[in-house]
Parts: sequence; C-alpha cells; structure tokens
Amino acid sequence: MSITDQVIAIIAEQALLEPSDVTLDSTPESLGIDSLGLVESIFVIEEAFDINVPFNANDPTSSDFDISTVATIIAGIERLKAEQA
Amino acid sequence: MKRVVITGAGTINALGHSVDATLAAMREGVCGIGQLVFRDVERLQIQIGGQVRGFEAEGRYNRQQMSLYDRFTQFTLAAAREAIEQSGLVFSGELAAKSGVVLGTAGGGVSTWDDNYRAVYEEGKNRVHPFVVPKLMNNAAASHVSMEWNLKGPSFTVSTACASSNHAMAQAFSMVRSGMAPAMVTGGSESMLCFGGVKAWEGLRVMSRDACRPFSANRNGMVQGEGAGIFVFEEYEHARARGADILCEVAGFAMSSDASDIVMPSKAGAARAMAGALQDAGISGDAVGYINAHGTGTAANDKTECAAVADVFGPHADNLMISSTKSMHGHLIGGTGAVELLACIMALRDGVIAPTIGYQEPDPECALDVVPNEARDAKVDVALSNAFAFGGMNAVIALRRV
Repeated sequence: MSITDQVIAIIAEQALLEPSDVTLDSTPESLGIDSLGLVESIFVIEEAFDINVPFNANDPTSSDFDISTVATIIAGIERLKAEQA
Repeated sequence: MKRVVITGAGTINALGHSVDATLAAMREGVCGIGQLVFRDVERLQIQIGGQVRGFEAEGRYNRQQMSLYDRFTQFTLAAAREAIEQSGLVFSGELAAKSGVVLGTAGGGVSTWDDNYRAVYEEGKNRVHPFVVPKLMNNAAASHVSMEWNLKGPSFTVSTACASSNHAMAQAFSMVRSGMAPAMVTGGSESMLCFGGVKAWEGLRVMSRDACRPFSANRNGMVQGEGAGIFVFEEYEHARARGADILCEVAGFAMSSDASDIVMPSKAGAARAMAGALQDAGISGDAVGYINAHGTGTAANDKTECAAVADVFGPHADNLMISSTKSMHGHLIGGTGAVELLACIMALRDGVIAPTIGYQEPDPECALDVVPNEARDAKVDVALSNAFAFGGMNAVIALRRV
C-alpha cells in the first residue's frame, strides 16, 4: 500500500468513515476529527511509518509538520521518511 | 455547622522541603523546574520537570520502612510531620478515635509499578518483592500517616486525577464542618517522575519541552512536578480553646462534573465549581481577592479557566488577581491542589501574592491580572483554589482570612 493509501486508511478509521470519503484536501475538522483524534492519528502514523512526528497539541502549527490537510500530512511523512534514509 | 480552620501545613516539592522554604521561593519567583534525573531519561522527548532534589529517603526511613514506602508515601510522611507538629495536636483518646486522614493522589506508587514491571518484563525476573502491593496502593500514604500519628477516624484516599487533593480536602472539610471529626489530616501527594510516569504524559502531546508558561500567549504545555502538601483541618472552637495558631479558615467548597469530554475542559463546569464554592461559603464574588488558578499552561485549560472566571465574577474579574504557581513547582497532578493551597494561605496570612513566572506575552484570551513574574503585596480577605481534572471533575475550595 502506498503512503497515501495508508494515511487515508488511518485517518478514515479515526474518523469512522470509509476511505473513499477521505480525499487529499480533507481537513481534520471537515472529517470531524477533534484534538484527541488528531493526537491518536499521529500516534498511529508514527507506529505505521516508524517515524517521530513533532506535534504539540497546544500549538499544532508550531512545528513544520503541517497537519492542515491529508495532503500536507502525507507530504510531511514523506519528508520525515526521506530524512531517515 | 462548625467553622473549620487550618492549624498546620507541611510540604515537600521542587521549591523546598518545608512550607517556609516553599513560600520564600514563591515570593522570589523561583523556578523549580529543570532537567529530570532518573533511569532511562535519555529515552524521553520531555526531559524537564519539577523534581524534588536533595531528599535523601535513606537517612529518614529505616530499611524496613523503605521496603514499604514508595516515594509518594515518603513525601507524604515528611509533609505530614511538618503539618501535625506545627498544629501541636497530639492524637489520643477520643480525638484520635474521631480524627482521620483523607488524601489525594492520582497515581499512587507509580515508581513502584515502574520498577517492578521493569524487573519482570525487561529484566525477565520471575520474582518481585513481597511488599509490592502494599507499597504501590493508592491509600498507602494515608495508611502510613494514620499509623504514624494514631489517626483512627475516617480515612481514605481520593483519586480524581489533577483534582484529587482538592476533592480530598473537600471531604476532610465536610467531616469537620458537620461535627463528624474534630480534626482531619488532609492534602495529597504525587510522584510520577520516573520513566513510565513521564512517558505516559508525553504520549498525550500536551507537555512543554522548555517551560510552564501559564496564561502567556506563547505557552506550549504543562510540566510535571512531584511532592506533597499536607494540612491539619480543625474545628474552630477546638483550635481556639487550645490557643492554636490559625493559618486561615476553610470557608466552603464545591465540586462539579463537566459530563462532556475526557480531556477537554469545560467553561461551564469550571464556572459552576467556582460559583458553588462561593455560595457554599456564603461569600459574594466581589470579596474574592485572589484565585490560585489551575493554570496548567496548556492552550485549552488557561483560556477556558479565564473565561470561566469572567463568567463567574463579571466586572470584578478585572479587579482580582489570579496566578498559577505551576510555573514554579510544576503540575503535581493528584498532589497539586494541596501544594497550591499554600499560595492561598500566603495571600491571606502574609498578604503576598505568588506570581505566575515565565510569563512573556499577553494572551487576549487570558486577559486577567495573572500577577506576571513578580510577587505582589496585597491584602486579601478571600481566596479560591481551583482544580479541574481530566475526566471533567472539578473541585474548588474557598478560604478566608481569620
């Protein structure tokens, strides 16, 4: 499964939706994911991709990991994986 | 209904090993938060906390006691000794039979769990010390206080996360006020600063890596602390009759449940607890001069708490002072309300308001007088101490100058 498909599956499960309901421009808010759901999604992403995502729920915009849409989350994961390689 | 006063106080926390040392540090705006020191700390992303330093349990307690006293019990016993010795009470006869100890803790013997899980899981051992259970149980500290001081009345432990101590003190207050007990030992303690204790909090993504800056626009989370705060609550006439030194009066309290979210605070729940405490005490909001805030330094708590204060106090919210001493000693979780009660006593008795240190940028959502960075002299007649726990369980205590 591609990173995109994996991320969409993770986010869909967190949002209690079908993967087909999640698009690249979906935002956590538009999917009904609250701050607790966001923290849990990031945990699942970290476990799935073996990365550390810098994320502080007090200030979600403070790190350079952009969680504003599914597409930016995927881009952030790809960057972290590239830095690992 | 009886009046209830505080006739003894004791503490140990990152700011000091006694009430005097702690209040001196609060007056000076000392930061007790620093680099954590314990096994495996290098595997943590969050490496700061308000750790108690220079507390040598080995010299205080013998080998047999050490096998029974988790660090949270050690802190409790040290603080209880200071409080009870200050009160001058000697528990014997009917006083002993009716007086008990009600304490708060969220985690109990967290480092005992941590050490023994490490032994059986990581090190593969198949045997643990026979006293693991009596050492880690949440009521261990209350039990050892009862044994050391001959307290034979109602005794138990309350666990409501970050409001544990305030809920515990509310119970003790009720018992003295109703006449059930002439005196109660109460407060709380916590010691979660071990690898597992910090790792669990780290997972929630609400911890700061650099500092606890309550109400500051650039705040970025909470910082854990550890320690204990213990008090003697005594019936007023009982205290007066024996010429006890009265630190302040406990005037009322209220508890409320948000019934909404497991971690996000609710303005309405916090407001109901503050308004309820004033109503219980028969005090008008305008009489309140100081609030010791829950003030965790998280984005969510601080703005919600300030909004709740504005709702409860109306225009008077701009006249009162509200500070968070967590900026100095960290968040003692289940013990936090007890240590923070000391700041209320200092306000009422000494006329000194403990500051919110680490304050750097005003936040329009926290536009109250948060006593930034420097302590202030002020005459205060009534103080509130707020505690709003995960799980939406709130407890607020109202104190009055005597």
